[in-house]
Amino acid sequence: MSDNKILRIVARFLIPLIMLFALYIQFHGEYSPGGGFQAGVVFAAAWILFVLIFGLDLGLEVIPERAMFVLMVFGVMLYCAVGLANVLMGGMFLDFSVLLESPQAAQQAGIITVELGIGITVATVVMLIFTMFARRKREQDALEDEA
Amino acid sequence: MTLAQWMPFIVLVPMITSGLVALLPGRNLPWLMTFLAATASTGLSLWVLFGIDAEPLRYAFGNWPPPIGIEYRVDAANAWVAFIVSGIAMAALLWGRVSVHQEIPERQNIFYALFLLALAGLLGITLTGDAFNVFVFLEISSLSTYALIAFGHDRRGLLAAFRYLIMGTIGATFILIGIGFLYMMTGTLNMADLAERIPAVADTNAVRAGFAFIIVGLGLKLALLPLHLWLPNAYAFAPNVITVFLAGTATKVALYVMLRFIYTVFGGDYSFGAVPLATLLMILAIAGMVVGSWVAMFEPNLKRLLAYSSVAQVGYLVLGVSLVSLIGLTATFVHLFNHALMKAALFMALGTVMYRTGSARIEAFYGVGRQMPWTMTAFALAGLSLIGVPTTAGFISKWYLILAAMEAGLAWLVVLILITSFMAVYYIWRVIEAAWFKPAQTDAQGATKVFREAPLALLIPLWIMVALNFYFGLETSLSLGAAEQAAQALLGAFK
Repeated sequence: MSDNKILRIVARFLIPLIMLFALYIQFHGEYSPGGGFQAGVVFAAAWILFVLIFGLDLGLEVIPERAMFVLMVFGVMLYCAVGLANVLMGGMFLDFSVLLESPQAAQQAGIITVELGIGITVATVVMLIFTMFARRKREQDALEDEA
Repeated sequence: MTLAQWMPFIVLVPMITSGLVALLPGRNLPWLMTFLAATASTGLSLWVLFGIDAEPLRYAFGNWPPPIGIEYRVDAANAWVAFIVSGIAMAALLWGRVSVHQEIPERQNIFYALFLLALAGLLGITLTGDAFNVFVFLEISSLSTYALIAFGHDRRGLLAAFRYLIMGTIGATFILIGIGFLYMMTGTLNMADLAERIPAVADTNAVRAGFAFIIVGLGLKLALLPLHLWLPNAYAFAPNVITVFLAGTATKVALYVMLRFIYTVFGGDYSFGAVPLATLLMILAIAGMVVGSWVAMFEPNLKRLLAYSSVAQVGYLVLGVSLVSLIGLTATFVHLFNHALMKAALFMALGTVMYRTGSARIEAFYGVGRQMPWTMTAFALAGLSLIGVPTTAGFISKWYLILAAMEAGLAWLVVLILITSFMAVYYIWRVIEAAWFKPAQTDAQGATKVFREAPLALLIPLWIMVALNFYFGLETSLSLGAAEQAAQALLGAFK
């Protein structure tokens, strides 16, 4: 679809805005509607729009599949690391209050870090799922071309 | 840290390790990490099992007090089931390394990561004291199990996994609807809190509907007779190590959750008084015992044969529940453990033969007894345990089940248990007959096929499991003691 000028220009205009909006949802998650899940999906939607317009190859140059996979695990690990850090500092698992001196600030810091982990994992998982389907479509097309 | 603070790590260790395992390269490192994680869980749950006293261990996640936050609440019943699940996972992994090399040559890191997720999910269901958390962990374990079943190199595994996905999702949805009803009526999801608030609203259709949804949903997960159709194919076409793992754990955990809802959340008085649950469970259990054994007698695929035998064994487990007595429940809890032992040993033996012959059909076992004597002897001995011959673990379960039936004054049940045991003699004998008394297979030219004895890496774990079947048939203080405590913990919950 990259030969359609209107699509390309609108997409170039929209993609940064979508990403920005995703980050907005991400970092306001702890006190307003939003959070890692929603932000991750919105962020992945920006990348998917990019792939739809400019093709999967270019999309995978932006973020290789291996990187998605590692980031997917990294997000979960970030979540768990925060939980474990709390245990090491003498609290319960995911008991953020022990992180900082002020319990309110500690809760906020803990939630933001945990939500960041969720956001990264959700975004990369959605991208990975999309990549798998997109690649399958391409393989099928190649088979049909041969036949 | 105290015991209560270590307790959640039974779930957390496999869950966190699964992420790391997904990134590990090669074939031996992922296995090693997985095995270490399962061992850690087993060790911790054994520690909890021995360390527990009358008061349940409690752990509030994030330090949020229980009705608000999620709480793990462990008494003798959870601890026993958690020990069985993690122990079987450890045994399956110990046996499975070589078998996985053959069946899943590539992407073993993903396979083991999913295995750990399934394990963490099953353990989470077991330990949690929060009804909604049960559902979440149920989905974690189920989704990873569907993928694990589809990992088999038999293409039919895909269809089996898909069928299990459909049935399992219906079951999980039923459970969620049931929990939704309870939440609507009581405004809480914590099990202990639910138990306090349900009596006030017990006589409403919403609570009755919730109860029915939860029992039916768990019946699906448990493979109770009319809802068992997903099980045989899922077991038959999964990779062997997954069959060993699932046969010992998945249905057991579903049964535990059912007991937890029956006794702790609704209370025994409501479950067996306001609803004719005991009659219903007894009919389904007997049907399961008879039909499962009957189908197993004529099944040509041996993995499916053992799977149908599992349907029959689920019947025994539920029969113990339906007798509504301390001794009946003890029989159920001891059979949870013993059945895990014997089925794991049997599936390991089958898998060991399949490692050489590559097929689970009975024709592929012709003459194998003479070519792989150690493997088939192990199968025969584990088969004795399944039948319930004295000095084996299976005998202990059957003995307690018979005692419970006698105590309830149901002599015909004893006869029925003996009849289904004889059916087990027949289907185990079919395998023995094929392995020792049939001429060995020949290839197209008429030359006899020769199978070497399996490698020691498979034989040693297999024989350990067989030895455990006999050990727990003679030395019952651990299994019976823990089962009795588990039954008392559950029954005590509705006083």
